[in-house]
Amino acid sequence: MHRSQRLALLYQVIAVLALLGLGFWLVSTTAANMQRQGIPSGFGFLWQPAGFNVGEGGFPFAAGDSYWRAFAAGLANTLRVSIFAIAFTTALGTLIGIGSQARNLLVRSCCAAYVEVFRNVPLLLQLLAWYIFLVQALPPITEAWQLGNLYLSKCGLSFPFFVWQDSHWGWEIPTRSAFAIGGGASLTPEFIALLCGLTLYSAAYLAETVRSGIEAVAKGQSEAAAALGLSRWETLRHVTLPQAMRVIIPPATNQCLSLIKNSSLAITIGYPDLVSVANTSLNQTGRALECISLIMLVYLTLSLAAAALLGWLNRRMAWKEP
Amino acid sequence: MATEVSTALAPRQAPARRQATLPWLREHFFADTGNSLATLILLALIAYALSSLFTWGVQLAIFQPDAEACRALDHAGACWGMIAEKIRPILFGRYPHAEQWRPALVLLLLGGMVIQTFRRDQHGWPTLIAWTGTLLLSFVLMNGGVFGLKFVTTAQWGGLPLTLLLAVCGVALAFPLGILLALGRRAELPVIRGLSTIYIELVRGIPLVSVLFLASFLFPLFLPRGMTVDVLLRVLAGFSLFAAAYLAEVVRGGLQAIPRGQIEAAQALGLSYWQIQRDIVLPQALRAVLPSLMNNFISTLKDTSLVTVVSLYELTGALSLALTGDADWRPFYLEGYLFIGAIYWCLCFSLSRYSRRLEIRFSAGHLTR
Repeated sequence: MHRSQRLALLYQVIAVLALLGLGFWLVSTTAANMQRQGIPSGFGFLWQPAGFNVGEGGFPFAAGDSYWRAFAAGLANTLRVSIFAIAFTTALGTLIGIGSQARNLLVRSCCAAYVEVFRNVPLLLQLLAWYIFLVQALPPITEAWQLGNLYLSKCGLSFPFFVWQDSHWGWEIPTRSAFAIGGGASLTPEFIALLCGLTLYSAAYLAETVRSGIEAVAKGQSEAAAALGLSRWETLRHVTLPQAMRVIIPPATNQCLSLIKNSSLAITIGYPDLVSVANTSLNQTGRALECISLIMLVYLTLSLAAAALLGWLNRRMAWKEP
Repeated sequence: MATEVSTALAPRQAPARRQATLPWLREHFFADTGNSLATLILLALIAYALSSLFTWGVQLAIFQPDAEACRALDHAGACWGMIAEKIRPILFGRYPHAEQWRPALVLLLLGGMVIQTFRRDQHGWPTLIAWTGTLLLSFVLMNGGVFGLKFVTTAQWGGLPLTLLLAVCGVALAFPLGILLALGRRAELPVIRGLSTIYIELVRGIPLVSVLFLASFLFPLFLPRGMTVDVLLRVLAGFSLFAAAYLAEVVRGGLQAIPRGQIEAAQALGLSYWQIQRDIVLPQALRAVLPSLMNNFISTLKDTSLVTVVSLYELTGALSLALTGDADWRPFYLEGYLFIGAIYWCLCFSLSRYSRRLEIRFSAGHLTR
């Protein structure tokens, strides 16, 4: 073996040994500390009844259900808000990104101003401001605003939806009673605040990505399309955007992943997502190691799954040389 | 035959604009029906928004710290008096009232260093030494216990100085680690490459909140018996470990931009791996991704607001702290959030303008618009 190859092997063996040594030391110290402080370990707590209630979400959770059901309900809440936020963000971000290329100076300026305002303020602050604004500006439930069958108040948005009544699905319309609005489905102000905050923040980033993608397409393409008599909208749809996609998709996938991770900020406005449920469980059972590793495992899986899905999308949209 | 010599007239001054006002307006605002409609609708919306904002924020607002007058408004107007009343708890957190000149001095020091750094073109060892000295001085000032300064625990640090210290120290600590990780990810040794990739992908896949929980709840369990580390240092360590992974990806982009011929030429000259990285690769790579590095710093500055979840009361948390305990001023959260949002916006916007200026200066031909 050459000397450089032997050195390379030596460095790698040292690295592995050092890492293993650090790992063993960490595990032994943690085990000793946990034993000394009387902290129980193990994932058995997941089957004990949870001491709290997960207020909202489609996942059926009754008070007294076990911890793992609470975690599942939290995960369902995270996915629920993430999927809606990704859908709205894509629509809004694309619109604003395209608007930044408009001929109208007012439209261009508004899009640029939107991006500058919403990108430079922390997401946490935006979420808190949205929550306080919704709670302050919306009327109490006795004076809820009504638009057709929709009711909007401090307690959220009620709308007609399918409801499981007496062993069959029925379409239920919310009705106003003396003190409440019953029936149908409802969205809490926490959900609405989280959705609005996440959407507006991520749409600003997506708009920047779309804008740089459109500008990355060679100017000659749009000039040739104009020479052929295509309108600006037709040029955008048939010539510019398909080519811009391959520049837009990689950063856009990163932004989708960021959105899913940013939904963990729900803990600050009281929306019971996965991190919030894990935090409550951690405070109740004291199993810090298990709860935090559960959070990390779930988010890692979500990130890898989303990255794989979007990598497939990227390969489909990739530039195929003729 | 007489020849005439003609003298050329002086050239006329070029017109200041290519278009008169009316054609310019028509082209930009009223090009066709759709555009005209869009202009009118947007103008109406902007006028409505600005007028209601003016009514709420200026006309009906109260500027004196008068809690009863503010409550009488019932949210019809803004209560800026709350800011006047609570500005010291918001800016400085729970820092003792008599010692608040120290965080104010830290703010001035950090602000002055930032302005000086942005004004000068060349940076070398003097800048590094100046920054290290400033950070050490800031920590000494905030902590106290020496030179006759009263000792203040890190649990009482808060507000804007804490935000800036976390951001600057977090990035400063993350930078060496991030560069090492980026170099490791491109190394030829498979073990090093694998370990770097695993670390980067692991840390980039989890939210910052979970890393802060890890730092706050689990770091004490990892330490041997009897050894305790301050909560601020734990959070700073977690924050830096998180930022290092994202920084590594940015630096890796820069490393990929270096032509391979540079490294091969350096190897032909007999330079060692570390000499090549230090003298040839890294200076070019870092300069190439300077705008992305600035973006990363802006993101880190915004991420410092998350340390509220682990009970470190930086700017966002200091507002909650100032208002929660005080029933008189508790209804006026929105004004507080607008004030803090304005502070963050000014900081981040000026950083992004500066990053744009750097990009133009360093692009040398390959500018991305």
